[in-house]
Amino acid sequence: MTWDEVTPLLWPATRETLYMTGVATLFTAVLGLLFGVLLVITERGGLLPAPPANAVLGVVVNIGRSLPFLILMVAIIPFTRIVVGTSIGNAAAIVPLTVGAIPFYARLVEIAIREVDPGVVAAARAMGATRREIVGKVLLREARPGLVSGLTVTVIALIGYTAMAGTVGGGGLGNLAITYGYERFESKVMVATVVLLIVIVLLVQAVGDLVARRLTHK
Amino acid sequence: MIQIEKLRKVYRARGREVTAVDGVDLTVPEGEIFGVLGRSGAGKSTLLRCVNLLERPDEGRVLIDGRDLLALRGAELRRARQGIGMIHQHFGLLGSRTVAGNVAFPLEVMGVPRAERRHRVAELLELVGLTEHARAHPARISGGQKQRVGIARALAGRPKVLLSDEATSALDPETTASILELLRDLNRRLGLTVLLITHEMDVVKRICDSAAVMRDGRFTESGPVTGLLARPGSELARGLFPLPPVTPRAGSTVVEVTFVGGVTDQPFVSALARKYSLDVNILGGAVETVGGGRVGRLQLELPGDPSANAAQLAFLRDAGLAVEVKTPITDTEASAADADTSAAEGGARGPERGSGADGADGADGADGADGADGAVAAGEEETR
Ligand SMILES: Nc1ncnc2c1ncn2[C@@H]1O[C@H](COP(=O)(O)OP(=O)(O)OP(=O)(O)O)[C@@H](O)[C@H]1O
Ligand SMILES: [Mg+2]
Repeated sequence: MTWDEVTPLLWPATRETLYMTGVATLFTAVLGLLFGVLLVITERGGLLPAPPANAVLGVVVNIGRSLPFLILMVAIIPFTRIVVGTSIGNAAAIVPLTVGAIPFYARLVEIAIREVDPGVVAAARAMGATRREIVGKVLLREARPGLVSGLTVTVIALIGYTAMAGTVGGGGLGNLAITYGYERFESKVMVATVVLLIVIVLLVQAVGDLVARRLTHK
Repeated sequence: MIQIEKLRKVYRARGREVTAVDGVDLTVPEGEIFGVLGRSGAGKSTLLRCVNLLERPDEGRVLIDGRDLLALRGAELRRARQGIGMIHQHFGLLGSRTVAGNVAFPLEVMGVPRAERRHRVAELLELVGLTEHARAHPARISGGQKQRVGIARALAGRPKVLLSDEATSALDPETTASILELLRDLNRRLGLTVLLITHEMDVVKRICDSAAVMRDGRFTESGPVTGLLARPGSELARGLFPLPPVTPRAGSTVVEVTFVGGVTDQPFVSALARKYSLDVNILGGAVETVGGGRVGRLQLELPGDPSANAAQLAFLRDAGLAVEVKTPITDTEASAADADTSAAEGGARGPERGSGADGADGADGADGADGADGAVAAGEEETR
């Protein structure tokens, strides 16, 4: 293959990767925040103490995080079928991507929230703030830089996962690398996908760092 | 007005129990400043956090303007908290908001509309002298300025009651002075009732009307500051006016005299010397302005044993002074030094010994002198 033949392949694959990563990131951000917040506030002495629920949530998150993504992807195929009606293709890949990334991000959210000065929470309670206000206006707001850095790490992990998802029927750069670069020994395609993945990761990291820095008032 | 009755709070963690507050009673009348003084771990913060129910007490009652807070739940409790301002030792400011944003926060919680909020924030920043820093973030202002933000925020909801946990302990002496000045000023202008916690004697001296000394969850002494200072054996007086340890010589009497308010204007030392033709020796002393009045302690040495000085001691008591007689020494040098150190220790340890001396002091006249003397000696026996 010449470079002229390679380049037309790259754009659709990149778009697919970005699509899968983007949608998965959206779901992961929302649900990861939810579970991360719950991990913090349901603990003993928390804002909404529920130690049994907290223990269950902790175990679920740990299991989710300890499963290698490839295994998780295969293991939840029945669930993926229920959600999107099929187990192959880009839409189907989004399901395991999201399921795999949620526990990962939830832990990062938990860590970021725990960094918030408990004195500020006490101050808000003393003012008569509701739980909702404390979560929204104190915990999440104060933790914003950490939440953004955590999301950056998660997105980059998701890009890695999409490449893996590509090997088992998802599209994107991963699929391209496997089908052309590996199976047909087209080293130009392999090089191009690797470079593209690196560029995307670096861009995501740069944007994440910039936003996190903007939100930090040190 | 703040009333606390028989308050008890026990922390239970991993099978261990810590009684942080162990039966505290206190009343802060409207418009007064009440200071709770105590060492680290005495339970001061816990006590304060029980007032707005950041911690729920195990026993006792908390009444704010006659309203029992422990009877309130949910939204009612939150509304009651909005009427109680709180200042925090480590400021508790939102790092993600500007100074103005921090002051606006309680107003948002109260549901004050945006336009009114802006107006009120400007007013509050003016009050604490931070108008220029309205748009700065907390990380960019000094500790004293942060505490001013904390104060403005605490006052946002026009509370009648202010709780302050070590408002100045993270600040240097000058900044402390300016913050205390501000608190006193606000107390006078707004008629705020203030309950404050501190480990600095100086804070009590500068701004408190009443005070209590807290130790192991209990109040060892409590009352109006000038009254506490005039009480022989008072830890507060000892902390505020540390006098040098004395070694009373045989054939002499060492007395510590505390005087409060108007008494200061009378030349009682020279009056005593003249009336009994005595050579009064002043060993040490200090005079301070406390709560707007002058308070002082003097250490005097009179010739003759305490028993020979009964009339002189009675004279001092009749002049309205609080008189505490130090133990006379009749033995050898060695035991004298020994007795002295144990007396100093007993003094430092003190509430039991203090109240003993105090009780004896309550007796009037010449007998009182001997009584006080005896009580101190007895106290020393306990110390050994
Ligand atoms: N949340 C808690 N859980 C368990 N024990 C606690 C808790 N908070 C305080 N204590 C214990 O209660 C006691 C009183 O603590 P408190 O914080 O009220 O003291 P303090 O007088 O405010 O001390 P400091 O001057 O150091 O602030 C201490 O022995 C402390 O270890
Ligand atoms: Mg404390």
